[in-house]
Amino acid sequence: MGAIAGTERSPRLDASGGLLFGGGPEGDAARGAALRQLSRPFGWLAWVAVVAFIGDCVRIAYFTPIEASQGPAQKIFYIHVPAAITALYLAFALMAVASVLYLWLRDPKLDRVAECAAEVGLAFTTIVLVTGPLWAKPVWGTWWSGDARLTSTLFLWLIILAYLILRQAVEDRAQRARYSAVLAILAGLLIPFIHLSVYLFRTLHPQPIVLKPSAPSLPSEMLTTLMISFATFVLLFVALLRARYRLATIADLVEDGASSGRAD
Amino acid sequence: MHSVPTPPVATIETRGLIRRFDRREALSGVDLTVAPGDCLAVFGPNGAGKTTLLRVLAGLLDPSGGTASVAGVSLPGGVSARAQVGLISHHTMLYPALTARENVEFAARLHGLASPRVSAESALARLGVMDRADSPVRVLSRGLQQRVSIARAFVHAPRVVLLDEPYTGLDAVGAAALSDALAELKSDGAALILVTHHLDEGLVLATYVAVMREGRFVRYDRRDAIDAATFSAEYRALVGAVA
Amino acid sequence: MTPPAVTPGVLAAAWTIARKDLTVELRTRAAFLSAAVFTVLAAAIFLYTWDPTAVAAIDLAPGVLWVIFTFSGLLGLNRSFGAELADRAIDGLLIAPISREAVFLGKALANLIFVLGVQVVAIPIVVLFYNLSLGWGAVAAIAGVAVLAATGMVAVGTLFSAMAVNTRLAELLLPVLALPFFVPVVTAAAQATVLVVNGRPLSGALDWIRLLVAFDLVFVAACTVAYPFTIER
Repeated sequence: MGAIAGTERSPRLDASGGLLFGGGPEGDAARGAALRQLSRPFGWLAWVAVVAFIGDCVRIAYFTPIEASQGPAQKIFYIHVPAAITALYLAFALMAVASVLYLWLRDPKLDRVAECAAEVGLAFTTIVLVTGPLWAKPVWGTWWSGDARLTSTLFLWLIILAYLILRQAVEDRAQRARYSAVLAILAGLLIPFIHLSVYLFRTLHPQPIVLKPSAPSLPSEMLTTLMISFATFVLLFVALLRARYRLATIADLVEDGASSGRAD
Repeated sequence: MHSVPTPPVATIETRGLIRRFDRREALSGVDLTVAPGDCLAVFGPNGAGKTTLLRVLAGLLDPSGGTASVAGVSLPGGVSARAQVGLISHHTMLYPALTARENVEFAARLHGLASPRVSAESALARLGVMDRADSPVRVLSRGLQQRVSIARAFVHAPRVVLLDEPYTGLDAVGAAALSDALAELKSDGAALILVTHHLDEGLVLATYVAVMREGRFVRYDRRDAIDAATFSAEYRALVGAVA
Repeated sequence: MTPPAVTPGVLAAAWTIARKDLTVELRTRAAFLSAAVFTVLAAAIFLYTWDPTAVAAIDLAPGVLWVIFTFSGLLGLNRSFGAELADRAIDGLLIAPISREAVFLGKALANLIFVLGVQVVAIPIVVLFYNLSLGWGAVAAIAGVAVLAATGMVAVGTLFSAMAVNTRLAELLLPVLALPFFVPVVTAAAQATVLVVNGRPLSGALDWIRLLVAFDLVFVAACTVAYPFTIER
């Protein structure tokens, strides 16, 4: 009984939220079972999402008409816009909401959700930042046009990076959760200000007027493709979030297992 | 294992006090009662949970379980509990760039004392450092800094005094000044908890003695039930496994 | 012998802490001097990377002023909570019978005064180097914008300073956390300054002023509420 307290006395919930680990050998067995259960984080949902994404790309490439004024480059739209909306309204919103709930309930699972939403959000905002200039170059003739929404996304991307750097810089789990929750909540308050300042900046400095297709005015075939893309990105987001959450749970369990041997 | 001695009026009281950190339990059910004018000496090896106990009672950490009350306020008690507490920790809690007087006066203002300067000067005088009142703390020796730090902790005449290895770094004069100040607080009816791993300095002031190991008290008794001559061997036997 | 004590109110406690911070700064002058020297150096570097034939001074100066202000502000903010950690003086604040919010407001108030002090150095330097001719009205307008901008930046910066000093990256982390938050503030302040140095009334920048006021209200409140959550309890 060299190791006191710690993992043996405080039971931990597993990923599915049900099992409790007891002390001693049964605890190790339960942890092992949970690890085995979690060891394939990319479950069926991830495969469904991948298949859906391939299907979506095929539809975009071969079964959607080419837009008259912009040509094939406009097809980036079906990736760019759903990625942007998913990043802002799913990933970032989830990150902020989970953070508020964490500070209220202090449940480590909520911190894990926020962390995973941030990482998946980083991937999605990266897609937005790569596809944006790729779309702008052939259509507007410039890589970076200072478009308000794209510039806002750049700052969103930087904030998520800062959030992940902050997490790397804190050792203690509870402290890391508190700090990152505070940052995520303040970042949620910041986004409207960033958007407003970028918007006001643009109205002061006129840019070349470019028509951007907006969803309601799209021909129905294009609108259908956009909707399919949108559903695909939501599915991808959920699948990646779930996989990442399982990995985070495993990482915590492994860390607990490693530290339970140390008496403090 | 041991029965908890219960004085009639309690200034500090805990029942089944638990404090957990992330994955570790630092306090695993501590029961103690300290009445006005009493001093509980807590001995134990490093990592036994002594400092955590003081930080919970000082209001720096919330209890994770059990109950604790300080000067009649149950914890976490916020501002009203903290107003009654004086803490001496491993760190001086002083600003090196400010003078001794400014440091103690700052603490007096935070406690809302009516005449912070007068209170600060009398606290410095009690610890015998009034002649260095206008020196920046930065230039004072470790022992003098510790005395200023004690003056800082006592400036508001706390009803609850929590001491974490207070004799560390003090020379003979400083130690005598500290003992006098503690005796005075005690006779004024303050409740003291003195945490240390030096047995002899703890036994002098103690009215109760506790030995702490792995987050709980393994021995808790009145001071007069303890034989100073054999206590050292007894202590080693109690904590030996992890000391 | 118990001295009469009434636990101080939030504002009284905040002022006590701010005064203590400013006294420490007056004693050491370390942070203010380095921020002032930084300001002059940065202004000089901008001056010698500037091609006066390509860009008019009046177009460049507002940007230079606000870039310098942003980074010199960070220098001061970093020191704010670092000074509390040396001998765990922060514990002395946390066990005192004052609220966590008072601790935050006191630190923020001292930082605000510090940052405005740096601004008092920066504005004349930029006016001098770029040979701007400003009336008193314009100077007052810039000062007003500076106060509005500094308030929001200091609120956010003070909170992040409290967090950054307790991480492995320490002061390296503060710019990473704080700069994204400074973007709307600096944009608004620089745009408002552009109008002023061009001799136009500040009323033309009403949208920017509104943005600054809204930022101040939201983030002073949010950071004051958030600070207690950063402390272990």
